[in-house]
Amino acid sequence: MSLSFAPFLVSQVVAGRFRKFARVNNLTELEKWYKYAQVFSVSLLVFEAIFSNTNMTKWIWSLFLLALLYFSLRQKELLQLRMFFIAFVPYVVVSLLSDFTQTITPGFFKSSELYFNNAIGLSLIWMFAILYSQNRQYKAAEKERIKRLQEDELNRAIAIRKVELEGLVAERTAELTQQKEELEQAFAELRNTQSQLIQSEKMASLGELTAGIAHEIQNPLNFVNNFSEVSSELLDEMQVELDKGNIKGAKLIIGDVKLNLEKINHHGKRADSIVKGMLLHSRASSGQKEPTDVNALADEYLRLAYHGLRAKDKTFNAKFETDFDETIGKINLVPQDFGRVILNLLNNAFYAVTEKKNQIGDGYFPTVSISTKKIGTDVEIKVFDNGNGIPQKIIDKIFQPFFTTKPAGKGTGLGLSMCYEIITQIHGGELKVETKEGEGSVFIIHLPFKNKN
Amino acid sequence: MARILVVDDERDIQTLFEQHFRKEIKKGELDFVFAFSGEEALEYMKDQEQEAVLILSDINMPGMSGLELLKHIREKHEKPPPTVMIITAYGDNYNYRLAMQLGADDFLTKPLDFNSLKEKLKAIIQ
Repeated sequence: MSLSFAPFLVSQVVAGRFRKFARVNNLTELEKWYKYAQVFSVSLLVFEAIFSNTNMTKWIWSLFLLALLYFSLRQKELLQLRMFFIAFVPYVVVSLLSDFTQTITPGFFKSSELYFNNAIGLSLIWMFAILYSQNRQYKAAEKERIKRLQEDELNRAIAIRKVELEGLVAERTAELTQQKEELEQAFAELRNTQSQLIQSEKMASLGELTAGIAHEIQNPLNFVNNFSEVSSELLDEMQVELDKGNIKGAKLIIGDVKLNLEKINHHGKRADSIVKGMLLHSRASSGQKEPTDVNALADEYLRLAYHGLRAKDKTFNAKFETDFDETIGKINLVPQDFGRVILNLLNNAFYAVTEKKNQIGDGYFPTVSISTKKIGTDVEIKVFDNGNGIPQKIIDKIFQPFFTTKPAGKGTGLGLSMCYEIITQIHGGELKVETKEGEGSVFIIHLPFKNKN
Repeated sequence: MARILVVDDERDIQTLFEQHFRKEIKKGELDFVFAFSGEEALEYMKDQEQEAVLILSDINMPGMSGLELLKHIREKHEKPPPTVMIITAYGDNYNYRLAMQLGADDFLTKPLDFNSLKEKLKAIIQ
């Protein structure tokens, strides 16, 4: 006798396949049932082996398979495994038919047993062929599924990364915005500091001027006082002459008094213009251009600069010369700003000659001169000094802000850069320098005569 | 007649002196000459050395200062040594000491008190 390997195999394969499917699709209840089916199948085979009773068990096998088929067909989730049913339905049908035939008409069965066996064999081959192809398809599908899963995972990872990156970008953007704001604030502070520096530079030059201003006001005031005193004496004398009846003598004195009054007036105006100049210098620039007498402005600042230095350094002395072209008349310019340029250039010139005087001493005659000249449509203003000149290697830097050759604390380095800006930006002119080391420098301003605005 | 050399870069000084001392000038007691820079003063003295009895000089002038002029006078013009009075708007100690060191006879500050100057001049000349 032989054991029922075929139904055992079929039941194991079918239950195993469904069980796997249930497990993969998380159908725990279903999986449990197929597990029982497998256990039952094994038990039945063992039972068969022990009791060697295939006549009875073959019915059980058939019913078991039928029940398995029926149960599986009832499960909606398993409908997608249609091909699998097609694979093992023929075997169940053929084996049932074979069993029935054997029981009902054993004679007929005996004569056609070969056919039944062949049919069973064929149905088994059918089943395994289909299972084989199904398995291949399944494996391919599985491969596809895993691939898709990996892709999904990749996509998910990408999505996560994307979110992370977006967060990072937002963070960086916030940082940049903050930095931008900080920079803007720093820039505003710098602007502020710059205007403060310019103001303090102005005030520093005014401070340097104070002594010069005092001297320049004191001188005309002395004349005002002295001439008024002497005039008073002259009037006393005139009274005496009149008393004596000396009309001619009295008239002579009147001439003198009149002359003195003119001098008083002249010196009064001189003091007045100096005070006005000082106020002009300390006041914030109006930025308004107005017709200005460049010669008078230059002369005034020359005196202020000279006496300012003279008062600061008692040993300082220099010759200053002027050469003014009286045909210039008035030029449209911003007097405060232009005055500062002249003052700056003059201060530098006086500084240069003082330096040289300190080095050389006797035999050197410090000279500073300022000249104006009308050249075509331009006015040329030259500030000359016979100091040490400017070394060639720093000549390109002298108009840069904060560049200074003066010792720390002595110069802001803003003077010439401000001059340059005032001449080129505000007045549409030119500021150049010609220098020879050891011989001196001359700063040349060219102003267009027809100054727009 | 005593000749006095006044050195100052302010030209109106001349008018002022001529008016203040017009009686003395008229009477021929004093004679004023004017120089408007240290260099000009030296030039004058080169020509007429013996005549400048008294020199009144401002310190603060473009070019040669009054103190430099004083130094030159003391170095080069020994006989007869003229009286030198220094006048300045800067009546500070530094200038005063320097002027005295260089041999100034007097140190006056601006604005000038012409009445006291008149007396000083008269005292020196007599």
